[in-house]
Amino acid sequence: MNVTDWLAAAVADAERRGLTELKPLLESLARSTAALREEDRAARAAEAAPPSFREREER
Amino acid sequence: MSAPTSLQTIANVAPLIASGAISPVDLVRGCLERIDARRDLNAFITVLADGAAEDARTAEREIASGRYRGALHGIPVSLKDLIDAAGTPTTSGSAVPPRRPAVDAPLVARLREAGAIIIGKTNLHEFAFGTTSDETAFGAVHHPKDPSRSAGGSSGGAAVALVEGMCFGAIGTDTGGSIRIPSAACGTVGLKPTTGELPLDGVVPLSTTLDHVGPMTRSVTDAALMFDALRGRAPRARAAMTGPLRFGVPEGYPCDRLEPAVRQALEGMRDTLVECGHIVTAVTIDHAAWTPDVYLHIVLPEASWYHAETLAAHPEGYAPGVRLRLEMGRYVLAEDYVRALRLRAVLTAAVERAMAGCDALLLPTLPIPAPPLGDASVEVDGTREPVRAAMLRLTQLFNMSGHPAISIPCGTTPDGWPIGMQLVGHRDRTDRLLAIASLVETELE
Repeated sequence: MNVTDWLAAAVADAERRGLTELKPLLESLARSTAALREEDRAARAAEAAPPSFREREER
Repeated sequence: MSAPTSLQTIANVAPLIASGAISPVDLVRGCLERIDARRDLNAFITVLADGAAEDARTAEREIASGRYRGALHGIPVSLKDLIDAAGTPTTSGSAVPPRRPAVDAPLVARLREAGAIIIGKTNLHEFAFGTTSDETAFGAVHHPKDPSRSAGGSSGGAAVALVEGMCFGAIGTDTGGSIRIPSAACGTVGLKPTTGELPLDGVVPLSTTLDHVGPMTRSVTDAALMFDALRGRAPRARAAMTGPLRFGVPEGYPCDRLEPAVRQALEGMRDTLVECGHIVTAVTIDHAAWTPDVYLHIVLPEASWYHAETLAAHPEGYAPGVRLRLEMGRYVLAEDYVRALRLRAVLTAAVERAMAGCDALLLPTLPIPAPPLGDASVEVDGTREPVRAAMLRLTQLFNMSGHPAISIPCGTTPDGWPIGMQLVGHRDRTDRLLAIASLVETELE
């Protein structure tokens, strides 16, 4: 589920449960989740990348 | 002039108890008087006056008959009210129904075995889910220097109890900094050991993979004495560490934004260490700026897991802010939780790399002095940010990486607010970190 869809579903559910005060917190969490996913992508890309010339030299 | 007995360290008082020059009965009486005199600070939730007085009389008899157990025998200590003590409710600072334990948490049993006297249970940010100790069903904890300021949190009552002479040692918990933050805000010492070093049974969890328990004291030596007892071994004096040591000061996040007085204290400490012959170098913790996102996606769902049933049955029992944070955790997707766990391993490896070749990392504990109670945001070096985020920034990484970390006092701001400096040691080398911190504490004097 992408973050936009997740946020819409989460806010709708919170409103259904009468927790309207949650909306700004969920919006803040959504920004953090989007960042987390970017960070995960960066970490996975670094794992998958072949070692640099310098790293090979150091070995 | 030396401090009054109630404000002495355990290391100073213990020989006097052993020799009979001071009675545990008098120590307990003094602590109870201090608790009573400063009830306005809301440091304690439960005061165990009768039990402590009885235990003190027992300790006095044992010591008089030659059965001295060691440095904690007859010493009044407090427990954060997140920790089970048999026969006493564990409120967690909340209005939801408390736990009513029939047995002590193992670490409390170890303290009693060492002869410590449990004087009471201290106030905290509800369920340890906050850094300011103002969301609690037992009244906000007030800073002893100015009641309009926070004592830090979540173990705020413990730090206040130490500053005010209400106990000689305290036990706190630390999930993102909750031992070190109030220690820095109040000018005391707080140790978060290596992950898994001390048992968490009988301690109400906040986040099962991030929680730690540890001692809060008036000196590093006292922290070591209490750490020994919490591990179930006899408190013992340690050999003095000798230098030169190598310290790494992180560049960039999380040290990129500090109040000027805090940065000045860090630079002053760096200069002092160099003058004492140590080596201080700049280090980088790769990806450290990811820390808040990773932390949030671990602590929220883990906290919500523990509270799910109580949240459904007693939602009105929670402080509004704590309830909302717990509700928020219910919306974190499993895939994002797993992402966070994977990134936690990446950050742990980054801390290991930063520490390679260093005896310890050196960084402030808090980027700001004690903030005003009730403020949602704070200005840090010209930038406004949420109080909670600012207060957790320098500590939470080491809950995720598992490295031991200790906060020690390091002077004050120009207007007298305590500043704490953090030393981070190698994993499973908490004893060595304590020895390093003891040396640094001496050199700062």
